Order: sequence, then structure tokens, then C-alpha cells
Amino acid sequence: MKLSMWTYEGPPHVGAMRIAASMQGVHYVLHAPQGDTYADLLFTMIERRQSRPPVTYTTFQARDLAGSTADVFKTACRDAVARFAPDALLVGASCTAELLQDDPGGLARTLDVPIPVVPLELPSYQKKENWGAAETFYRMVRAFVGRAPRPENIPANSCNILGPTSLGFRCRDDVTEIVKLLTDEGLDVRVVAPLGATPADLARLPQAAFNIVLYPEIADVTARWLKTAHGMPFTSTVPIGVGATEQFLAEVRALAGLPKRESPRRDRLTWYSRSIDSNYLTNKRVFIFGDATHAIAAARIASEELGFRVCGLGTYMREFARDVRDAAARYGVEALISDDHLEVEAAIVAARPELVLGTQMERHIAKRLRVPCAVISAPTHVQDFPARYSPQMGFEGANVIFDSWVHPLMMGLEEHLLQMFRDDFEFNDGAAASHLHPQAPAVKPAADPAPVAAAIAVASPVGVIATWTLEAERELQKVPFFVRGKARRNTELFAQGKGIHPITVETLYDAKAHFAR
Amino acid sequence: MSLPQLASTCNEPTAVAQPIRQRGQHEVFCGLTSIIWLHRKVQDAFFLVVGSRTCAHLLQSAAGVMIFSEPRFATAIMEERDLAGMADMHDELDNVVARLLERRPDIRMLVLVGSCPSEVIKFDLTRAATRLNAVHAPRHRVIAYSGSGIETTFTQGEDNFLAALIADKVAAPSGGTPAKLVVVGCLADVVEDQFARLFAELGLNGVVFLPGRDAIKGLVMGPDTRFILAQPYLGATAAALEARGARRIDAIFPLGAEGTSAWLRAICTAFGVDMVRFDAVVAQPRRRAAEAMAHYRPWLEGRSVFFFPDSQMEPSLARFLSREMGSELLEVGSPYLHREHVAGELALLPAGVIISEGQDVDLQIERCRDANPDLIVCGLGLANPFEAEGRVSKWSIEFSFTPIQGFEQAGDLAELFARPLMRNAMLSGGAERRGAAQ
Repeated sequence: MKLSMWTYEGPPHVGAMRIAASMQGVHYVLHAPQGDTYADLLFTMIERRQSRPPVTYTTFQARDLAGSTADVFKTACRDAVARFAPDALLVGASCTAELLQDDPGGLARTLDVPIPVVPLELPSYQKKENWGAAETFYRMVRAFVGRAPRPENIPANSCNILGPTSLGFRCRDDVTEIVKLLTDEGLDVRVVAPLGATPADLARLPQAAFNIVLYPEIADVTARWLKTAHGMPFTSTVPIGVGATEQFLAEVRALAGLPKRESPRRDRLTWYSRSIDSNYLTNKRVFIFGDATHAIAAARIASEELGFRVCGLGTYMREFARDVRDAAARYGVEALISDDHLEVEAAIVAARPELVLGTQMERHIAKRLRVPCAVISAPTHVQDFPARYSPQMGFEGANVIFDSWVHPLMMGLEEHLLQMFRDDFEFNDGAAASHLHPQAPAVKPAADPAPVAAAIAVASPVGVIATWTLEAERELQKVPFFVRGKARRNTELFAQGKGIHPITVETLYDAKAHFAR
Repeated sequence: MSLPQLASTCNEPTAVAQPIRQRGQHEVFCGLTSIIWLHRKVQDAFFLVVGSRTCAHLLQSAAGVMIFSEPRFATAIMEERDLAGMADMHDELDNVVARLLERRPDIRMLVLVGSCPSEVIKFDLTRAATRLNAVHAPRHRVIAYSGSGIETTFTQGEDNFLAALIADKVAAPSGGTPAKLVVVGCLADVVEDQFARLFAELGLNGVVFLPGRDAIKGLVMGPDTRFILAQPYLGATAAALEARGARRIDAIFPLGAEGTSAWLRAICTAFGVDMVRFDAVVAQPRRRAAEAMAHYRPWLEGRSVFFFPDSQMEPSLARFLSREMGSELLEVGSPYLHREHVAGELALLPAGVIISEGQDVDLQIERCRDANPDLIVCGLGLANPFEAEGRVSKWSIEFSFTPIQGFEQAGDLAELFARPLMRNAMLSGGAERRGAAQ
């Protein structure tokens, strides 16, 4: 039993719903009590989907338990097929129905419905949403692709895109961006799945030369099976960031048998990052947390393309812990693998980042800590479906990322500067702006109350009461206010470690040298 | 609304046709969802759902941004090892509770909430509460109820919570004089305070609100204790009070000026308050309510409305729309109709109105499209799909989360219904959308 105030992922049947809702002509009959219908609103509210997701819930009740919940399930299947006339039926159970052991797959086979039925076994008490989505996609592809041999003479430049889903992070625009990019490179994109695909489209997957895995969390299992069963190679680079996009295009060209090509830089991130005002970004400490794909990609962009320093990297996806650990090792940090947001919060506090890149939860944590932040990963939120075109992938995606990560930092700096200037003799609250009427009432700012005690005891965040000499405290006041808090923290940490008491001007500068970077 | 009309409708309870009852897919929340408002109201209680990842996901999806503020609810998620018998569930729960109380020592009452999976495996939370009380009471009192979706719909979670609270409060009375009147059902603090002021002006004392802001305060009942429901979904709670000797004051519910007047009048009649005093006390607020409602009546008068089932408040809301706003009712759906408690409301609905209880959502959507209402009151899973068809919808969950009871909120209640219609008229292309739907 695990105490949870908030979860990064829903149950696995919600993952299955995301696959059903992504596709055309698929209907999902879910053996579940009425409360589970809340999941519809994830689609209609977060994604602003214009139709109900293609899901029928059996909504069995306590009184059905005495009779036959299996009959309730069978009726729901028949009605759904008659009403929605899908090309394929997905059947499965949610957590409660799993305990009833009605075996939806077995029941559906006895129904004699005129369409293919794909049974799902999603262990609700072990697995989570992304696993459920990946498993469902894999079951669908296996069911419709089958083992029939691939046609001969497949054009080498033909490919499929695997992984984008409903309620996925920026999938809608990523697909547009990547299809355009690939088409420009001379590739022929055949099927995009599951988003927008029909069961018939899945059957056509082996007719392309290779697969492009945009979201390994969803499509890795399927791509591996298509490789084993049908010899289809697949890409391993996810095109998020300029470097990754170039690497991705090189990989795709190699798979398509196209000659190597130096692609012209088509992004603005590279120049913007080189332009001198971006010097300000140098070594900014950034904490990154999200699903595996977006977190790993963010760390690479942060470190190689923006000149940040990665001070923390983690994921809530245990299934991809190894990949994230490998990436973290490259930046000299230890990966945080956890689905407990309180643990993530503690890690963020300890890492003292200047920018947090994470999910909606880390956005709230950062807000509490007053640290700038940007959202880079699912779980999705209504804000992750912007009205404008806003991909994360490809060159345009890199531009979007530059803006969405750097703007919060700039805003933070602006706020600090405004506050700093407020203390200035001509920018303070009381001084009227120079373009206003010269007789505007000018209030003299209150003089700094001079500290009277010889030494000042401050309850410090380190936990102990640190004592500063008057001179040291005065010197600290000369440190620009937006780094003053950090200077105080570092000095107290340093003093505590060395057993220095009280803190003098000397200590302040010793600490500054100690923490210099 | 002239008096003869009112009398004639009241005398024809037979005018209400047999409700439509269909067995199919329900599209409603489970009882766990009521935790969202219960934990805001009862400020010293913490609600711990014993359930699955789905329960946790439901709560965070329903709670919206509230979830990020470390609210007073959480889920103990059952895992494979619990179900496979590798771990003793009761031991596991004890550990979770110990950790939680360590983290949140401010909790005075811990409420264990049963879910669908805990009900199906017959995990006895009442027994668990007794055991945990032996360890944690009196510092932390522990009670249990079921909010499972196989037994409860949305607001029925509150009903089960209050029934459990009564059992506990009466078992552990704090002493003192017995309550004269218990007002039962979760009301927003602002509404509770308004009613408390009105009761004081009416000379009524010894009034207790259930739930109040403190969960652990005892409830003393005497032989003369009366109670009135402030919410229509409290069948189990009423039964629990009646089993302990309290007598119910029958009334329609305090929605709109008419409902609030009737509700207060029933209380006054039960306690022998002079009607002249009653009229004097309610005159001002009732006038204010009429004034506030008048702003929105032009938007709702003659408009047709279709209710999907949600909170059991639908008959009362429909009565308000029909009698005070002049709207036309096409169908009034409710997840459950408590025959006795809503009899007064049903009697005030226009003759021949279609009432439905329970749901087959696909058939109901078809009926709704055929009826082509001006306004559809429905859940969040259905609202945007209806809007995309060019129809106008009002999401029903807002009636459970917004203060709408009492005189001072009558205008707000009208506004909730009017807003989607006003918005539709404001936005360009509104008329075309409507045309497309027809």
C-alpha cells in the first residue's frame, strides 16, 4: 500500500483509452464501475476534444455483483458494436473489474461480433498509464499486422511514425513538424500511429521500409516487435533540440539509404544562444524532471545548446530508469527515479536550481520556491494544448523551447532588477518619474534602519542560528540583492562546516571563493 | 407566480408521470468526488481513500489546481502484493496512517473512505477504524464510510460520510444541551453564516449545522431534536438521525427565493415562530433575491432546459428554473430520486414533465438531441461534445461546488444558468452555431 497525494500517471486503462481515442474506427469496452467515467473529461476538458472518447463503460453496480457482471459486459459489447459500428473492438477491465475476474477477452470471444476483438490484460495494481498505452498499442499492432510476409520492393525512403497519442505532450504539433521535416528530406511518410490511424492503417505498417519512434514510452515495444517479426529497423534518436534533430535526420537518411548531407541550420535557437545577451544564461543551474524522453532531451539542450548546468535530472518512469541514469551520468548528477512528488520537491530544494524544467507538479513546486520554471513533459494540462502552433520537436520545436525556457528566466531577472532599482535614489517609489509633473509629491524614502546590535543572529535556512558580525552583515548588504540570499546561505553553510562562529567579513569572502564556479 | 397556480400544482402530485428508468451506461462521478467539497468544509478532517490508482487519479482530476496545495485528502493505493496476500492489508494501512499522522499532526479526524476495489475485496474499514482509534484516539479520531462507485453516486458520498459522522458523534457526545434543530447537508461557510443570522433573527436557538467546520465536536440529541435537510441527497443521513429519534421537518430545498422561503417557513412552523415575525425577517432578503434574479430572468424565460443526472439536486434546480425563471423543462434526470425527500419538489414541477432516474447515457443523448433544448445541464464529459454540435451547455458540477443556497445566492444561481446563454449571444457566430444544430 502506497500513500499518494498526487500521481504523475493514471491507471493503465487510461493509457488504453488514450490509444482508442487516438485512433479512428476503434471502440473500447471497459468493464468498470460508473466512477471510472471521470476519465472522459480528461479528453473533453484537457484536450478540448469535440466528441466523446470512443469508450463504453459497463458501469456495473453492487447489486450486479450478486448476479452476473459478465452478462452486463456482454450486453455492453453488443450495444457498443451496434451503436458505434467500429472497425475493431478493444475490451478490458479497470482495477475494480480486474478483481471480479470476468475475463473480458474470453467473454468477447463468445459474442460472435462481426469485427476483430482485441483483448487487453492491464494489471492495474502493478502498472501505470504509459505502460498501459504502450501495451495497448502493441496489442493492436500485433492483431492487425499479423505475421504475413512483407511485400517485396519496398521503397527505401518509406517510413512510419510511431508513438504520438491523444493526451500526449505536444504530439499534435510534433507530428506536423516532423512530417514536414521528413517530407522536405525526401522521405515518404506512410502511416502515423496511433494518432489518427485506423486499424487498416496498422495493417499497412510493414509496407514501409522502417519505423520512426517519436515517443519511446508509447512505441518502443511495438517498434521492437516490428523489428523482430518483420525486420523493420527503427530510429533511436528523438528529435528534440537542434543537435538531436540533426542527428535524427542523419539517422533517418542512413536508414533510407540517402547520402549524407550537411543540412543548413534552420533554427533560431543556435544564433539566439550565441548572441551576447545569452551570456546571462551561462551555467544557470537547471533541474529537470519528467517522462524519460523529454527529460533526457531537455538535459542535452540545456547543457549543449543553452549553456546551462544540469544540477538534477530525473523521471517518474521506472521503465526507462536506465536511460535516464546513463544521461545523468553524462552531466555528473545522480538520476532521481521516483513517482513521489514530495521526493522530487526535496530534491529540487536540495539542488538549489535557478530554473526548473518539469511537469505541472514541478511548475507548482517551483512557484512555491519562487524559482522560474517551464513545463516540458506530460502529465498534460489544458495549457499543454495551446491554440497556437507549438511543437517541441524539430527545428521549430527548438525555437519554441528557447522561448519557453528563457522567457521565465528573463522575467525573473527583470523583476529582480526592478526591485533593486527601487532602492536607487532616483528610481525609488517616492521619486516621481522624470517625464511627470515636476511638482508631483516626492516622498523621502525612509532611511535604512541602522543595525544596533554588534552581531546579528539570523534564523537561517540551514537550520541553526547563524551569527553574523555587524561588519559582515553590512558587507552582505552590498551584494546585489538577487544573489544575496544565496550568498547568505552559502556563507552559513560554509561557516557551519568549518565551525566558524561568528561569521566575519573574512568568512564571507572565504565562502565566496570556496563556492566560486 | 400567483397563489392559485401554486395551490393547484400542489394539489396534483399525480401530474408527475412515472419516471423513465433505463439500465445502461451511467456517466456520473462516484461518491469519492464529494471529498472535494467535504475536505474544504470540515477543516480538521483528513480523508484517506483506500483504493486504487484510479481513485487517486479521479480525485486529482476532479480537484483541479486544488491538488497542488497539499489538500486534506490522499489515497492509500493498494498494490499487487496487498491483493496477492503477500502483505497484510491491515498492517499496511496502519503503516500508511502512522506515516500520514506523523506528517500531518494537525489532523483531528481521520476519515477512511472505502472505494470500489476495497468494497469488492471486502476490506473492512470500520474494523480498521476501531483498531486505529485504539492507537490514535483521542488525539486523532478515526471513522470510516464508503464512497465506492458501485454503491454511491457523486453526492451520495457526502450522505455516507454524514451518516458515519452521526454514528460517531452520537457515540462520543461532548455533553451540553441537546440540539433543537440540526441543519443537515454541506453548505458553504458563507451560506451557513447567513442562515445562522436568519435563525437568530427568528429567535431560533440551539441550531447545529452538520457538517460543521469542526468534525470532532460532538452532537447531542434529545427527545425533541428536529432536523431539516439542506440538500436533497441525504437518505442515509436522514435514516441515521431518525433511528436516533430525531424527527425530520419536511420542506422543499433552499434554492431560489421560493425554495428558501418555504424551507425557512417549514422550520418556523415546526418551532411555532410567529408568521408575522417570519414575514418581517425574510421580507428584506427575499426582496433582494427577487431583485438579483430579475437580472437573469429575461435570459431564461421561455428557454427549454434538459437535465442530465448528476447530483440529485436536479428536481430542485428544475423547480427553480420553472417557477422562478419561467423556463421550460424538457427532461429532469437524476441519478436517484428519494421518493419522500423530493416529493415536495416533484409536486411543484409542471404537469407531464419527463423525469428520469438512473441512466443509459447513449439513449439519453439521443433524447436530448431530439428535444433540441436551449440549454443542456450535463457533466464535463458531455459538455464540450454538445458545444461542438452547436448546442449550449452548463456543466452541472458547478452546482455542487458553488454556494447557491439561500436568498443572497438566488441571483448567483440564476446567473449560473444564464451565463452560457449570455455567452452564446455575445460570441460572433452564435446564431449560426444554433442553426447548425437544428
